[in-house]
Amino acid sequence: MSGPRSWIVRRLLLGVAQTAAVVLLVFALTEALPGDAAVAFAGDQPDPERIAAVREAMGLDRPAHVRLAEWAGGMLHGDFGTSLTSGRPVTGFLADGFGPTLLLATATVLLLVPLGVGLGVLAARREGRLTDRLISSVTLGLYAIPEFALGVLLVSVFALRLGWFPPTAVGYGTDLLAHPAALVLPVLVLLARPVCSLARLVRAGMIDALGAPYTAQATRYGISGVRVRYGHALPNALAPATQQLARTIDWLLCGVIVVEALYVIPGLGTVLMHAVADRDIPVIQGLAVVFAVTTVVLNLGADLVTRRLSPRAGVAA
Amino acid sequence: MTASPDEQHAFPGLRRRGFLAAAGGAAAGVGGLALAGCSGSASTGSTAGKGDGTPRRGGRLRAAFAGGGASETLDPHLGNLFADAARGKALFDKLADYGADLSAEPRLAQEWEPNAALDRWTVTLRQAVFHDGRPVTAADVLYSYHRIADPKKAYRARASLEPVDLRASRARGERTVEFVLKRPTAEFPNVMAAFGTHIVPEGATAFDTDPVGSGPFRFVSFTPGRSTVLRRNDDHWDGAPYLDELEFIVANEEAARINALLGGQIEYAHELNPATGRAHEDAGSVEIVRLRNSAMQAFAMKTDRPPFDDPRVRQAFFHIAGREELVDGALSGAGDVGNDLFGKGYEYYADGLPQREQDITRARHLLKQAGADGLEVTLDTSAVAAGFTEAAGIFRDQAARAGVTVTVRMGSKDSYWKDILDSGTLCCYRSGAMPIESHISQRLLTDSTTNATKWQDKNFDTLYRQAQSTRDTADRAALYGRMQRQLHAEGGFLVWGFGDWILGTARSVRGVVREAPANTLDWARFDKVWLA
Repeated sequence: MSGPRSWIVRRLLLGVAQTAAVVLLVFALTEALPGDAAVAFAGDQPDPERIAAVREAMGLDRPAHVRLAEWAGGMLHGDFGTSLTSGRPVTGFLADGFGPTLLLATATVLLLVPLGVGLGVLAARREGRLTDRLISSVTLGLYAIPEFALGVLLVSVFALRLGWFPPTAVGYGTDLLAHPAALVLPVLVLLARPVCSLARLVRAGMIDALGAPYTAQATRYGISGVRVRYGHALPNALAPATQQLARTIDWLLCGVIVVEALYVIPGLGTVLMHAVADRDIPVIQGLAVVFAVTTVVLNLGADLVTRRLSPRAGVAA
Repeated sequence: MTASPDEQHAFPGLRRRGFLAAAGGAAAGVGGLALAGCSGSASTGSTAGKGDGTPRRGGRLRAAFAGGGASETLDPHLGNLFADAARGKALFDKLADYGADLSAEPRLAQEWEPNAALDRWTVTLRQAVFHDGRPVTAADVLYSYHRIADPKKAYRARASLEPVDLRASRARGERTVEFVLKRPTAEFPNVMAAFGTHIVPEGATAFDTDPVGSGPFRFVSFTPGRSTVLRRNDDHWDGAPYLDELEFIVANEEAARINALLGGQIEYAHELNPATGRAHEDAGSVEIVRLRNSAMQAFAMKTDRPPFDDPRVRQAFFHIAGREELVDGALSGAGDVGNDLFGKGYEYYADGLPQREQDITRARHLLKQAGADGLEVTLDTSAVAAGFTEAAGIFRDQAARAGVTVTVRMGSKDSYWKDILDSGTLCCYRSGAMPIESHISQRLLTDSTTNATKWQDKNFDTLYRQAQSTRDTADRAALYGRMQRQLHAEGGFLVWGFGDWILGTARSVRGVVREAPANTLDWARFDKVWLA
């Protein structure tokens, strides 16, 4: 056995390559989009002369590979470049957007894990009975509601009608921790779908594990039901769930656009949306790096945890 | 990732970059010398306050706008968005601004006087001071205009200042500027009122950290994409605002703006969609304000290529359009029908022309005459502005009744305006408010930079130049009338409607002017608003 260390090194090298590939791909795709920053900037006043002047001012008249090389060169020195549309450093954009998104993601994950696992275990233990069927149908139904619809629904019931929570985080800026009430509804929306998929995964894994020969063997040895369930069956059920969780966190970090827009939370999703609309390539590239690195690290972490929980499954990962 | 919020947005195009057409204003304008009753705050305050009780001082008003995210700036010459325009108006002044009929009203310029040839204008500044106490001088005006016209920077108002020969223009004393123009320009006041022509202090460059203007509010703090806090400027020449503080908040999602308004988190929500407007109009919890004639909606036909190079085909299309159906379907009824002319309700609008109605028989007849039976055309559209895709679908069905096969082609949202400028034959088009003269000079002259209908008519150009060298307002109006009659008969713009601009305010907000198309002086103007 070459040991987990070389495995981690290999995975990290792979991660670096993956990140570079993502950055290249994002650059190529952004270049392939119709129009560039100058066209986006000109909007419905597409005076050709002005577009040409803007293009020159932004340095867009240089060939694509030169721009990419320059950006990548700066990247190696930790310089993310400057935004085309505002001229401010990209790092500032990322730092500003990261806080609120991280806060949302953390709060969601902290609730997601106990809730998803708890519901899954509960449903598995009551397999086929009323509780199981209730949990299964509610999670399935909830999963089917798009975030935007759920968000609007929650606002109109809990914020506008009942007045329990503020309808948006307008005016609170990045200091959302000082206004925890404003976080409740966004976190609920973010929680809704992952909790369903997690609970269903845990339930399925748990049922498999409980029915597996090794559980029966453990029971025959006279080990208590609680220990069999939580010490032997649950870790095996959690292995696929951990992978799912890593993917969920990815999604939370970059997929909160709808929630951020609806609740006016100025996070990374908002930054990304504007950057794409403006064809602000340095900002898009900076975000791509952040998302790619996050994804690589999270999945590496998830694989490590999976190996720990269920060593045989780890071989395949 | 799920759907981008843009897709749910009612006015995506207008929201982000819609200001451009709305505000552009190349070349001059219309205002002429109509100075009467425009100076100072009294006139606006009193009309606005009608029925609203006595203005009261104090309080902070929070206003939510769609914004540009982290790339926003407080540089008034760089701004592109409605949010930028509203902030620019609060912090800075222009020499002039547009009244409800899009005629130029004096602001920092107290009066203006052209020479006999209309190519040399003497502008006298009123006594005003910047926030740091320095007086606003002719040198500041020239610095600002030179900055905007810098060919390396491509500030959006550069095209508007094109008629001005800045190298020859001079300060004639502390508060007098003599503008030398490249050619006679009767509507020069429109240049001074154009979007993004704010006056900044000489040498000013650091706008995001310390913007100093002469506007009704002073700078307190600015976080791009989130919030801008301003404080009352007690020394404003137009009288101090009633509000103590004004906060601009960025909320791109329409649902977020109306929710925040309903939840009492803000007092002013800019840009609501028609369904929201209808839902809350009579509910009583908030006030819905409709600014009429704010957004022209049209189909643009390229007059230089088949099939639209034949005026009979254009006329047939004028008759195909069922305008009520388009307004009801594409604008959810929030608007008025158009008569194939830009600028309904604006100064010089030819309102005497008969309203064009749907007439399928006549359309068929005209098409037959033009030898265009069984005509097939492609209609370019995009989700770039409210109602575009709906309008395209409705028009396709209307055209089918006249035997015309319309194929609707969806284009990219982000490059739509550039894409339709030179390619295609028929496309959805819209424009915000600007003087009729600006619409003509930007879009309908042979050398116009954004001529989407490729309307190139030597006679029309001559009429325009003649109008620009005509000093008498009535004579000029007659010339605009002739130009518009020609456009109505055979132009390339099938203007089917004018959309309302919808705002929501808390019930405590008073003094919001209702007769102010988006982009005019009284639109998004917070120095004359108070909290009851």
